[in-house]
Amino acid sequence: MEAAGKRPEARKSFARHWQLYLVIAPPLLFFLIFKYYPMLNAVLAFKDYYVTKGIWGSPWIGFKNFEMFFENPIFWTLVKNTLLISFYLLLAGFPIPILLALMLNEVRNQRFKRLVQLVTFAPYFISTVVMVSILMLFLAPRLGFVNVFLNHLGMSSVNFLGNPGLFSSIFVWSDIWQTAGYSAVIYLAALSAVDPTLYEAAKVDGASRFQKIWNVDLPGILPTITIILILNVGSVMAIGFEKIYLLQNNLNISSSEIIATYVYRIGLLNANYSFATAVGLFNSVINLVLLFSVNALARRFSNSSIW
Amino acid sequence: MATAATRIKESAADRAFLIVVYAILIVVVIAVLYPLIYIVSSSVSSPSAVSAGRVWLWPVDLSLKGYQTLFKDPQVLTGYGNSLFYTAAGTAISVCLTVMLAYPLSRKTLFGRNLLMMVITFTMLFSGGLIPTYMVVKALGMIDSRWALLIPNAVWVWQVIIARSFFQSSIPEELVEASEMDGCSDLRFMRSVVIPLSKPIIAVLVLMYAVGQWNAYFDALIYLKTADKFPLQLILRSIIIQNNSGNSVMDAMKQVERQQLAELLKYSLIVVATLPVLIIYPFVQRHFVQGMLVGSVKG
Repeated sequence: MEAAGKRPEARKSFARHWQLYLVIAPPLLFFLIFKYYPMLNAVLAFKDYYVTKGIWGSPWIGFKNFEMFFENPIFWTLVKNTLLISFYLLLAGFPIPILLALMLNEVRNQRFKRLVQLVTFAPYFISTVVMVSILMLFLAPRLGFVNVFLNHLGMSSVNFLGNPGLFSSIFVWSDIWQTAGYSAVIYLAALSAVDPTLYEAAKVDGASRFQKIWNVDLPGILPTITIILILNVGSVMAIGFEKIYLLQNNLNISSSEIIATYVYRIGLLNANYSFATAVGLFNSVINLVLLFSVNALARRFSNSSIW
Repeated sequence: MATAATRIKESAADRAFLIVVYAILIVVVIAVLYPLIYIVSSSVSSPSAVSAGRVWLWPVDLSLKGYQTLFKDPQVLTGYGNSLFYTAAGTAISVCLTVMLAYPLSRKTLFGRNLLMMVITFTMLFSGGLIPTYMVVKALGMIDSRWALLIPNAVWVWQVIIARSFFQSSIPEELVEASEMDGCSDLRFMRSVVIPLSKPIIAVLVLMYAVGQWNAYFDALIYLKTADKFPLQLILRSIIIQNNSGNSVMDAMKQVERQQLAELLKYSLIVVATLPVLIIYPFVQRHFVQGMLVGSVKG
């Protein structure tokens, strides 16, 4: 009944907007070719790939690639490194932009406020390659700025990037340096939308600045915080390949190899296509499940969810 | 009296609180700014000062040797030219496709718009993965072609969402209806009404795509094989991160001098690669912030 009712509507819309459908066709084609066709190609994960036979002609092997991955001792190392770096980033990197925004919101001097925003936002525009280059120059064992400084203080040099124990901290804190100002923008916008009568009421009640932040600002931006938290938790397995890959070296590989860099190594450098596809697919599926569960939890316990 | 006294006492506590806030923010500004100043200062210092670790904040023995050497290096110049090309061409393609997708999706009378929007946003949550995408690009014959950096990641879903909510909120429905009544076609309306009214959002799209394209290295890493097609970021990676500084310009020098210069070159290279973005940044920051906010309203 409903479908029957929709068909004339579709025909009418097509007659009226045929030009718009023509305009939208090329970008839609882009999504089909570069986003949806790869999803079909992901059947590679269940096949034993032969270049001569192509993706569709290669024989099915079911879940063998996955079994091989789970039984491989590197599996637990990869999962451990991926989760460790992500949760470290989440725990340290999530609250800092909120604190920054709350502090900026207290500043009454507009020029100072703009200056802080301008400066803290700037590192966001530095490319990953430059960011890693800066880290390597500053942390270099011999001539690096940090070690020269340590030597001046009478301490011996540290090989920062060669120490597996320091890898996650270097990654996380440089990431915070680069993105905290950018991430604070969204909270600042939420803060500017808080109902002004609440501040009046707080003032009448004689609330201190801290009480005002705690009782008005924070509850006011809680929905935004929840949504950003869902997105962050939902992407813990999707930690970026680009920066970690550039920071890797033979000395820190035991704590810097994550699922994404392993897929690149096995898949593109060693040309083991189907196995790498299986590893990548495992990662994507876990990520999707995680995002859905976090969203469902948030919907149950608060009113904010991303859909 | 009593209330006045407590108010003064409270404001003293508040003032202390505010001083702490200002102090922390000043520390934050210094922590962000110091590394940047240090790099710029090093890049215009003498090679020996840089490698002896004598630079702390301001340039030591002012010298432009790093930049002079850099602009004689064919590898760097090619990379710079390539990056300019990829940024210009890639941004043009991306902005066109994004507008072509976002505008029709903003029209309420377009049948199927919700379904199409879902199809597009789903790609943010799930992807085929690295290898399956690589195989598509390979099947299209784009490996080691300049197209590989322009097409496979041309449209970012986030940009589509931002542009669509802009069109929805700033092109009045009455305007569409009135012009339709006058027999104006959708295409003509798009060309002579929508595009001129959308300059702010097009500016945001251009900036975001341009910065993204200028800073990207991953697609070049996996799809390109020939060095003379490499963008600047890959050259940077090879010289600084992989430490391949054996370029032809420096061959004639003595070992020690060459090492010192190689160290200096890294700083100059960082400045040269980042400068185009950081110079325009203060002028466009406002647009960036607006773009982010437009997207988050309905995102």
